[in-house]
Amino acid sequence: MKLELKGITKNFGDFRANDNITFTAESGKIHALLGENGAGKTTLMNILFGLLRPDAGEILIDGVVQKFSGPNDSMASGIGMVHQHFMLIPVFTVAQNLILGNEPVKSLGVIDIKTARKSVKDISDRFGFDVNADDLVEDLPVGVRQRVEIIKALSRDAEILILDEPTAVLTPQEISELIQILKQLKEAGKIIIFITHKLKEVQEVADEITIIRRGQVVGSAKPSDSESEMAALVVGRKVSLTTDKKPAQPSEVALEFKNVSLVEKTGAIRLQDISFQVRKGEILGIAGVQGNGQTELSEVLLGLLHPTQGDIVLNGKSLLKMSVKERLNEGVGFIPEDRNLYGLVEDFSVEENLVLDSFDRLPYGKFGSIKPKAIRASALDMAQKFDIRLFNVADKARSLSGGNQQKVVVARELNRPLQLFVASQPTRGLDVGSIEFIHQEIVAQRDNGLPVLIISTELDEIYDLSDRIAVMYRGHIVGIVDSSTDRSTIGLMMAGIDPSQSKTGKAA
Amino acid sequence: MTDSNPKADIKRVDPTMNPSKANPKLSKEQQQVFIDANTPRRNDPEATSWHDTVYQILSSTWLVSVLSVVFAFIIGGILIIAANAEVHVAAEHFTENPGGFFAVCWDTFAKAYFSLFSGSVLNFNGADFAKMIEPLTSTLTRATPLIFAGLGLAVGFKASLFNIGGQGQIVMGALLSALIGFSFDLPAGLLLPMCVIGGFVGGAFWGFIPGILKAKTQANEVIVTIMLNYVALNFIRWALLNPVYQKEGQNVPIAKPMSENAIYPKVFGAAFTTNFSFIVALIAVAVVWWLVNRSYLGFEMRAVGLNPFAAQNAGIKVNSIYLWTMIISGGLCGLAATSSVLVPGTGVSQDVASTFGFDAITVALLGRSNPIGTCLAAILFGALKAGGYVMQAQTQTPIDVVQIIQALVVMFIAAPPLVRKIFHLPQPIGKDILEEVA
Amino acid sequence: MKNENEKMKMNNNSADLSATSANSVEVASERATPELKQDSIVATSNVSQSSKTPKDNYAGDIVVPINWKTSIIFTVLLGLACLFVLFSTDAQARFSFIGLNETALIQIPNVNLPAQITIMVLTVAMAIVTALSYYKAIQRQKMNIAFSILFGFSWVFAFLIWQIQGKETDFYVTGLLSMTMALSAPLIFGAMCGMVCEHVGVINIAIEGQLLFGAFSAVLSGSVIKIATGNDGLALLGGVIMAPISGVLLGLLLAVFSVKYFVNQMIVGVLINVLATGLTAYFYSTIMTENLALNSAMKLPVVRIPILADIPIIGPVLFDQSVLIYIMYILVIGLQYMLFHSRWGLRMRACGEHPKAADTLGVNVNRTRFRNVLLGSAIAGLGGAYFTIAQGLVFGEGMSSGKGFIALAAMIMGGWKPLNALAVACLFGFTDAVQILLTTFGASIPSQFLLMMPYIVTVFAIAGVIGKVTPPAQEGRPYVG
Repeated sequence: MKLELKGITKNFGDFRANDNITFTAESGKIHALLGENGAGKTTLMNILFGLLRPDAGEILIDGVVQKFSGPNDSMASGIGMVHQHFMLIPVFTVAQNLILGNEPVKSLGVIDIKTARKSVKDISDRFGFDVNADDLVEDLPVGVRQRVEIIKALSRDAEILILDEPTAVLTPQEISELIQILKQLKEAGKIIIFITHKLKEVQEVADEITIIRRGQVVGSAKPSDSESEMAALVVGRKVSLTTDKKPAQPSEVALEFKNVSLVEKTGAIRLQDISFQVRKGEILGIAGVQGNGQTELSEVLLGLLHPTQGDIVLNGKSLLKMSVKERLNEGVGFIPEDRNLYGLVEDFSVEENLVLDSFDRLPYGKFGSIKPKAIRASALDMAQKFDIRLFNVADKARSLSGGNQQKVVVARELNRPLQLFVASQPTRGLDVGSIEFIHQEIVAQRDNGLPVLIISTELDEIYDLSDRIAVMYRGHIVGIVDSSTDRSTIGLMMAGIDPSQSKTGKAA
Repeated sequence: MTDSNPKADIKRVDPTMNPSKANPKLSKEQQQVFIDANTPRRNDPEATSWHDTVYQILSSTWLVSVLSVVFAFIIGGILIIAANAEVHVAAEHFTENPGGFFAVCWDTFAKAYFSLFSGSVLNFNGADFAKMIEPLTSTLTRATPLIFAGLGLAVGFKASLFNIGGQGQIVMGALLSALIGFSFDLPAGLLLPMCVIGGFVGGAFWGFIPGILKAKTQANEVIVTIMLNYVALNFIRWALLNPVYQKEGQNVPIAKPMSENAIYPKVFGAAFTTNFSFIVALIAVAVVWWLVNRSYLGFEMRAVGLNPFAAQNAGIKVNSIYLWTMIISGGLCGLAATSSVLVPGTGVSQDVASTFGFDAITVALLGRSNPIGTCLAAILFGALKAGGYVMQAQTQTPIDVVQIIQALVVMFIAAPPLVRKIFHLPQPIGKDILEEVA
Repeated sequence: MKNENEKMKMNNNSADLSATSANSVEVASERATPELKQDSIVATSNVSQSSKTPKDNYAGDIVVPINWKTSIIFTVLLGLACLFVLFSTDAQARFSFIGLNETALIQIPNVNLPAQITIMVLTVAMAIVTALSYYKAIQRQKMNIAFSILFGFSWVFAFLIWQIQGKETDFYVTGLLSMTMALSAPLIFGAMCGMVCEHVGVINIAIEGQLLFGAFSAVLSGSVIKIATGNDGLALLGGVIMAPISGVLLGLLLAVFSVKYFVNQMIVGVLINVLATGLTAYFYSTIMTENLALNSAMKLPVVRIPILADIPIIGPVLFDQSVLIYIMYILVIGLQYMLFHSRWGLRMRACGEHPKAADTLGVNVNRTRFRNVLLGSAIAGLGGAYFTIAQGLVFGEGMSSGKGFIALAAMIMGGWKPLNALAVACLFGFTDAVQILLTTFGASIPSQFLLMMPYIVTVFAIAGVIGKVTPPAQEGRPYVG
């Protein structure tokens, strides 16, 4: 079997998301599609899956031109897709998710659930997936959900399997399991297209690599090529994969978590006995797979959630009894993990967003009334200082690119006198240029003597920025280690296994 | 984008330029490119040709609004014709005299709308100038409660709260205002302001309940306010039979009359119905404009309305903003009661709220939740109401048709793409369905 | 306990020290001291049952916060019940069970209860349940729903006895129940309408307008057919067919505006209500007053199901009913099954839960939403017919009188499940029936306060109980694709 894309072009208004993309994939191989966020990979795959229609170009399977008017057509042609954000209905069972859109029915449209169960069992047995047909998807861990997605594609006889950023939410163990599954499918003669922006994974899994930049194919690479060579192709210029920074010069303890726990009313434990310290002039990175309590940790620190027990102390003062506003006034600078949801009011203008937490103090406001002129002057000033590229500060924040939106958030937080800087997923979904800028800004804050807390699920970012690394797993801290610790150790810690336990003897 | 010279980009930061009309359907990265690509064209005056101007007019929002009103009136006209007795008679003789049938239809249509106009703007048969402009002042009188309640709804919409409880809030405002109005014997300079404040407080209290429930338990304010409307309705029925409110010697629900010092003075002299509540309403428009656009609270309300999560992260107490917004919204609705309670006569009655609370929803929507727009929309609906009564008297067309026209106007205005489709207008440049509807 | 805390503190001090000196190995090993683990498991026995917590990492005695909500509600109600005791006398409360249908095989004799003693007994029962609720709260366990039902039943019963004590006339229990049925039916139809619309992702607050319009067009079309053909059966059939169609017409507005043009669903809903009120009032005061024959009373046949209708008390209430009620039974049971077990139910719920996922599987989301909004609206329209032709009444302006909104509340409180919504709708109908009967009884409570009751109950329910039910995830959000 052979899949060919010829001269695919797709425009959104004046913007060309895909420009004359030509790409071939053959069965029995894993093809990686590598590119930055926003390079046009997902657009291309949505075209292939029939969710979008190309403005020009054609899709051929075994030399036959395909016309897709919707996902039904592409699925009929043997294309299956595992989306980055799982397309599973949480309140449905595995079997129900599997048959949706293609249901075996008895009379009156009543579903024949036995057939559905059987098909789950057949596929899971064939590929050794451990999936139970009657489990509710919302109760399953992320790794298993992804397997359900794969089963869903296979149950429709997919010969071509597209995986869009499949490793973003997985633990290192789950990633290696996924890679095993993909290799098995490859052996079974399927075409596998693996979309990612992570260089390391590509080297590990791919047989062939195609690199896309700004909607165009800019080259191909072999898994054996070096990381920096590939990075240069992806970004279009030479990039340093690490941020230059001087060694940290930590002074006194500024932030301290003392046995902080958070339990929900349902009894679910979100945070368990979290204790750590951050000193002035150092960066503590909190690593961990998404959903292991990092969000709760940051929210407890900001005051959105209230710990069931424990204490949080900043410069000798307990933050516990303070409202969010009071904590901000204490000098907590905070970059939330999802800038569109928590960082910005997207339908506010850029200038309003820049004073979102300081509109009620001089020079932006006085006697209960805001001062539009002062807000505008300061917005223009900040736009220049932080290199926020925009057309007009009165434009909605929605109209900015992701990188510039994040710069707005960073500018706003750094515009206040700070005692602590916390950044959660500071560069998620950004282009390399913005990542570099924001990383430099964070290191500069450390060098100015601020205590910095970085929460990130990207291990690269953690290594790049941190002076010390704390690893979270299921709401507790597995351990706090030096940033020189090797990746495999941290990988184990991210899965909740503490390697120090087995090494106790040696360390002592 | 990333490797272009930052200094060159900064020049584009010019506050005097028009806001860009980026297409929200595009991703952020795409939009950035879109904006960059458009920049030179915007600075080039020759780029706007006459064709563009025509296109601009045809796709502008105000044209859609005007067409919505026209279209709603046409449908209203069809209903007027359909329910008219003379038309029914003519329809029976349609086969003999089709021309006559259409003549009767047109006659009905024209008569009804003429009387609507003469009842709301200018009475051409008026004996003198005062009589001729009397309809205009009656429009302002009818508009006054709608201005108050419309402002109340608009304030709620800013914090993305949908206060359907205007009816109940008006009732509670009326009860408290009236209670003060007949209980105290104070000079007018003191009693009247007290009654007005009483109206605000009564409504604010009824807005406080859904507000506190929303803040404490996340109870949906739409459902709670609907329920509270019925609670208030039953409460006033009971209150008016209670000796506190009931006029002595009555066994029907008639309230005690207002003290003379609690009556709004007339604005344009005794000949016209417009009283000072209209002036209070105009002041309320100005205050609400300041509140929404300039005050700290307004900034917080708008932030919470557009994105409560980001607002919370920025230290805004979302729940207390919900509470205060509902209190202000309810208070403004309560003020609507004063314009019909603080008048000579019986004062508060069971149907003191009429349908103001519901009309206010359409008023605020038509005014796009902007205080000045809401005021204008209220005057338009006030005109429809004032004219509607005249129309009912002169042409036996029930006033309910006005309610139908109001609903249709707002419905069409809420869906500009539909109106464009009906009238075959072009889509505006760079605008998206979502942006307009939001 | 104190000992343990001290140990904890020490443990953490060392954690901090060693963490800063990057000697984390020691910390970690100390953390996992078996002795400590043992202690904390004892201290957190409740927490350890939580599925979200792995058993291997306990470090502190974390205490789940106590949820006092239920207990507080019970206490307040118990306080009110004590007032009933205070204001009760030793007079009799007379209950009659005479069936509406005198042919019922078994007749239950009248019961006369001594008011004060009965209320006392009931209050003691309530006090026991309240005490139990406190115990359960402290134990951080959930109360069995049966106890809550027992409490609710006792409270209502106590209230009734307090109101009818010492009255000469009998209180007809069967009458109360059949009135409950009559008042619940439109709520049930409305709730089913909301159910279909919301499961597919569209909030329908136009149920009120659809009920009203259904009631109106059932009578109007029936009357027109009657005038044209003179056949009563045909007229009724026409009414029953036209009622859902009129609901669909209003549903079409909702679907076009909110699904096709993405206008806010709440706003469209409110506008449809205004429109329906306006249209019916307009035609009522024009053509229906002009020609009274256009608003003539007609009644759907009542069908008595043999044997079942002979069950004492509930038999005649449930099985000697209008045809429309039997349609309602089929509807509720059918929905309960089909929503969760059919292709239709699966697809439409997918559109309400995760439309994007449905889309990627080839389900046309907006078409599914469009059609199901029409289906739901048809149900509400049919429910409207209950106001008029099922009861043999003429149309009156605004005769739906807010029932559509209460139906919405019943659906929400029923957690978007048909049978639960049915139960809640019956509860609301019951409250309404109690109010009407007590008003005719000359009860000491002003009728207006009883009239407020369903609304107040709904407000309390939304504020207190709603926390637990989860609506379809994407309801109210347009799907842009």
